[in-house]
Amino acid sequence: MSKRHHVTTTINGEESDFLCEPRQSLLEVLRDVLKLTGAKEGCNDGNCGACSVLVDGVLVDSCCVLGVEAEGKQIDTIEGMAVNGELHPLQKAFLEETGMQCGICTPGFLMSSKALLEKNPQPDEAEIRHWLAGNLCRCTGYDKIIRAVQRAANEMAGEKV
Amino acid sequence: MHEFDYVVAENLTEATKLLSDHKGSARILAGGTDLLVIMRNGRRQAKLVIDAKKIPELTDLSLNDEGLSIGAAVTCRQIWENTELAGDYPAIIDSASLIGGIQVQGRATIGGNLCNAAPSADAIPTLIAYGAIAHIQNSDGQRQVPVEEICQAPGQTSLSEDEILVKLTIAKPVAHSGAKFLRFIPRNEMDIAVVNVASMVELDSEGKSFLKARIAMGSVAPTPLFVKAAGDSLAGKEVNDESIKAAALIAREAATPITDMRGTIEHRKQLVEVLTVRTLNAAVARAKGEQS
Repeated sequence: MSKRHHVTTTINGEESDFLCEPRQSLLEVLRDVLKLTGAKEGCNDGNCGACSVLVDGVLVDSCCVLGVEAEGKQIDTIEGMAVNGELHPLQKAFLEETGMQCGICTPGFLMSSKALLEKNPQPDEAEIRHWLAGNLCRCTGYDKIIRAVQRAANEMAGEKV
Repeated sequence: MHEFDYVVAENLTEATKLLSDHKGSARILAGGTDLLVIMRNGRRQAKLVIDAKKIPELTDLSLNDEGLSIGAAVTCRQIWENTELAGDYPAIIDSASLIGGIQVQGRATIGGNLCNAAPSADAIPTLIAYGAIAHIQNSDGQRQVPVEEICQAPGQTSLSEDEILVKLTIAKPVAHSGAKFLRFIPRNEMDIAVVNVASMVELDSEGKSFLKARIAMGSVAPTPLFVKAAGDSLAGKEVNDESIKAAALIAREAATPITDMRGTIEHRKQLVEVLTVRTLNAAVARAKGEQS
């Protein structure tokens, strides 16, 4: 077995460290080592977005990042989205609009949608569809997901007034 | 994924030494969106993965009077988020904003797109059209190679085992020039090019004649193809449908595509013609300062 690396990182705002082999992806580390199973394995090759997380604020597929690359980075996962048990407006909107069926793609869609709204708080439909192109939903719930993102955007805009 | 060792290279000397010491068994990791996938599916193996993202020269993205310099580890997202590039280098943004989805763009690099040497690579035709130069480091120093001389076969480059791509440079575009990249896919996003084409044009000051043009295309040969004859045919010609159509027919003739699940030979040759016309027209519009 190749040498295991000791990696120190910040996950959802809390310092964390773990041991991993170089061949383990960040997704495998999150799920199998740290037991953060919110990020899902779909395609495992960067097509489906079910494993979306933020690394230093940049949205990435965690299946295409090595766990060892997390050294010194800030990682944000779906587990950090609800704060003190209070769902994020996007999570509420996905529930209200039924923006999911089987739910496997949902954590990835939520992470991507949150990253979108932080960059562009009032995206139009085309901008939402473009941004979410790297997230696949095999239950074909895209229209409901788009409506959920629009609803959350509107609610978040209202909160700020 | 198979077992391998991982090391972060801090500088170019360290990287080239590691590559020399591990001749053929080390791989450079930039974004990993190709490397980790092909290592996982068994198409590539490595005993050592060298993370190049801490090497200062590879992460530098700079724009000055001489032109644009894109470090080999600069991501697609860093390209399209840099609003200063849109004015002089819009076709680089065309490419960077349609490679994969947002997640892939956050990791995938222009340099990696070149070194992965896929026939369908979406950044390479644009780099060729702009006349980009690849700066390659080995233990003896650096050499510079036009991008069109890098790809040798699917997945194979002219870099030797102990060499690393440092950066890509593009000279500052002259006045009255413009470029455009287009890709045809049956979906709206997230697909491999059936055909892609990039065109760069330089016009006279009145915008009536071509002074120079460079056209390159992908998914129509074992490597991205620089169609020098198509661009050269435009030099000195009036900007009109006839001259553009003639260049597109040369490009169509130069394409040697295969029939596969993405398209037939005939379909691809037709697409080359259509996309060459469209990219030339859009490049002309950009050269004239019009929106396109």
